[in-house]
Amino acid sequence: MRKLLFDSLLKGPLTEPPPAPDEDALAELAAAVKRKARRRLGRSLAIRAVDAGSCNGCELELHALNNAFYDLERYGLRFVASPRHADVLVVTGPVTKNMREALERTYAATPDPKWVVAVGNCAANGGAFAGSYAVVGGVSKVVPVDLHIPGCPPSPRQLLAGLLALLETSAG
Amino acid sequence: MTRTLPAYESLADFAADAGSVAGHRPWPRVVVDTAAWRWLGRELAAGRWSLLGFWGDTGQVHAAIADDEGLLVATLACPDGRFDSLAAVHPPALRLERTICDLFGFESAGLPDPRPWLDHDRWGVLHPLGAATEVPATGADYPFLPAEGESLHQVPVGPVHAGIIEPGHFRFTVNGETVVRLEQRFGYVHKGIGKLMAGVDLMRGAELAGRTSGDSTVTYALAFARAAEAALGVEAPPRAHWLRALMAELERLANHLGDIGAVCNDASFAILHAHCGVLRERVLRACDAAFGHRLMRDRVLPGGVAGDLETHGYAAIAAAIEEIGKRFPALCELYENTASLQDRTGGAGVLRAELARQYAAGGFVGRASGRAFDARRFAPYPPYPRLAFPVPVLAAGDVDARVRIRMLEVDASLSLVSQILERLPAGDLWVTLPAGTGEGVALVEGFRGDVLAWLRLAHGRIERCHLRDPSWFQWPLLEAAIEGNIIADFPLCNKSFNCSYSGHDL
Repeated sequence: MRKLLFDSLLKGPLTEPPPAPDEDALAELAAAVKRKARRRLGRSLAIRAVDAGSCNGCELELHALNNAFYDLERYGLRFVASPRHADVLVVTGPVTKNMREALERTYAATPDPKWVVAVGNCAANGGAFAGSYAVVGGVSKVVPVDLHIPGCPPSPRQLLAGLLALLETSAG
Repeated sequence: MTRTLPAYESLADFAADAGSVAGHRPWPRVVVDTAAWRWLGRELAAGRWSLLGFWGDTGQVHAAIADDEGLLVATLACPDGRFDSLAAVHPPALRLERTICDLFGFESAGLPDPRPWLDHDRWGVLHPLGAATEVPATGADYPFLPAEGESLHQVPVGPVHAGIIEPGHFRFTVNGETVVRLEQRFGYVHKGIGKLMAGVDLMRGAELAGRTSGDSTVTYALAFARAAEAALGVEAPPRAHWLRALMAELERLANHLGDIGAVCNDASFAILHAHCGVLRERVLRACDAAFGHRLMRDRVLPGGVAGDLETHGYAAIAAAIEEIGKRFPALCELYENTASLQDRTGGAGVLRAELARQYAAGGFVGRASGRAFDARRFAPYPPYPRLAFPVPVLAAGDVDARVRIRMLEVDASLSLVSQILERLPAGDLWVTLPAGTGEGVALVEGFRGDVLAWLRLAHGRIERCHLRDPSWFQWPLLEAAIEGNIIADFPLCNKSFNCSYSGHDL
C-alpha cells in the first residue's frame, strides 16, 4: 500500500478542470431558485439519488462523478444516504408505476428548500419506455422538476455542467 | 398422462425423437405434451440438466433447457390457460413462473408460491401480455413469508437504498445481528419491455434490448442481434463479429474493474475503490474515443455493428489496455497483502456448490462456486473459437472467491482485447436483414453471466421477445448465501453478487 501511496504522491493529480456551467441549465434554473434558498445553502449541496425505474446506465455515470477525474466533492457537492439530509434529489428513469409512491415519499421526506434534477432522457419524458402500461412517464409527472440533464446516459461532464449550474444559481 | 418415456442420452436425442419445430434456430424447439413436460421437470429436478429460461407466450409456455452439449426449447401448449408447475419440482423456475402468471394470466397447477411477483397491483391492467383487462390500481399489500421465534425482529430495506443503486426491497429477519431469513421483493423497475417489443421492427427492438440493463448494454444488444440473425438465417460479417467481441470484452473489463473496487469499498477499503475507479474510467474513455459512446450503447445492431473502429479509436483502446496491464497487478497485490480486507471477504456470503449447480448460476457467481460454465465456451459464437482465454473456476464460493474470479477475468479480457486488436479482419460492418419470419435463440456471456434472448419474427416484426438476465438465477442464491451472516455484511455480500434489478424486472 505504501508503494501505491508514494506513487500517487509523486504523480500529478488526475482531477480535471471543471466544465463551464451549462447555459441551458442556467436558463432553466433562473426561475426556480429563490432568494431565501440562496442565503441558506451557500455553495454546498447535498444530493440524494433516486432510481425511479432507470436501466442503471445513468447510475453508472453518477457514480463516475465520484472518481478521481471528476471529484465531485471539490465543488461542495456530495451524495448523501438519506433524503432527510438532502437539498437536491437527482432522479433517473421513466418513473415506473411500481416506483411512483416511493418517489413521492422520498420527495416528501426531503426538507425544504429543495430542488429536483431529472437525469437522462427517460426522466425527461419516459424515453424509450414512454407509453408502456408500466410507466408513468417523465419525472415532472410525479414531482416538480427544476432542471433536466438530457442524455442516454448523460456523460459525467454533462452531469457536472448541469450540477455546477445548479450550484451557481443556488449560491446567487 | 402416464406414458413412459425412453431414457434419452441427451436432449438432442429427445429432440430428434420428438420432432422439432421448423424455422427455430440454432437449437431445436420441441412441442411437448404434459407427460413429456413432467418428465423434463423430473430430469431437471434430478440435476441431470439445467434450466436456462422459462417464459410465456400466446397460449403456450417455453422452457430453455441445457445439457452438456447444447440447448433445447421445450414448448407446452396451454389451451385452457393452465400448465403443470415446473417450480413445484424444480425451485429455480419459481420466480420465472410467477412472472408468467403475472404477465399472461396463466394458471400454474401446483405452483408452490402463488403470490404475484412483478405485478405490484399498480399498473391498472391485469395480465398485460395476455387478456390485458383494465383494473383499478390499488397497490395491495404483499404478504412476506413468516419467520417465527423468540427475539426475532424484521428490518425492511428499500426500495430506495442508501447508495446510488437500483431499487428493490429486502426484508431481513434477524436474531440480534445474525440474519435468519432474507426475502427479496422486486419488480419496482418493471418497464413492460415484453409488451413494448410486441409488433415493433428489429431496430426498435434493439433499442429496447440495449436498455434492459444499462451495465450490460453491449451484451443485451448482442444477444438480441444474434437471436434475430438466427431467426432470419443470416450471419453478420466477420469484422462485425470481431468488433462485437471487442466491445463485449471492454464492457466486461469496465464492470469488473468498477465492481472489484466497489466490493472493497463496502469493506471500507477505499484506496482500491479509488484506483479501480480510475482504471474503469480509462476503459470508458477509450470506448468513447473508439465507438462514440462510453457504454457503447446502440453500437451492436441486428445484422452487424453501427460504426467502424478508426485508427484513433484503435490507439485509445491499445493505450488503455497497456495502462491497465501495468497498474492492475499492483492492485491485486494490495488485495492479496491486506489481511484486514480479506478478514471481511474470506468466509462471508458462502454460496454452496450444490445450489450454484441446481440454479445454473451463471457468471462469476457460478464460477466462484465450482460451476465451470461460460457461454463463450458452452455455445461458442464467433470469434471466440479462434481466441485463447481461460475460464477461471474456484470452489470456495465466498465474497473473496467472487472477487478473485473477477480479477482473473480482468486479465483474461485484457488478453482478449489485445488478441482482437491484433487480428481484427477487414471487411463489411453489416448485412441487410430481410423482413423475414422465423424463431431464434441466443446465449451470450456478459460480465454478470449468460444472457438468453429468444424471439419470434413475422415479416420482419417482433411477435414475442423474451430476454432473460443471469440475475434470475443468482438473486435467489443471495437469499441463501446471506443466511447466518451478520446483517452488517449484507452490502458486501450483495455487491459481491452484483445482480441486476432492471435486467430482472424487465
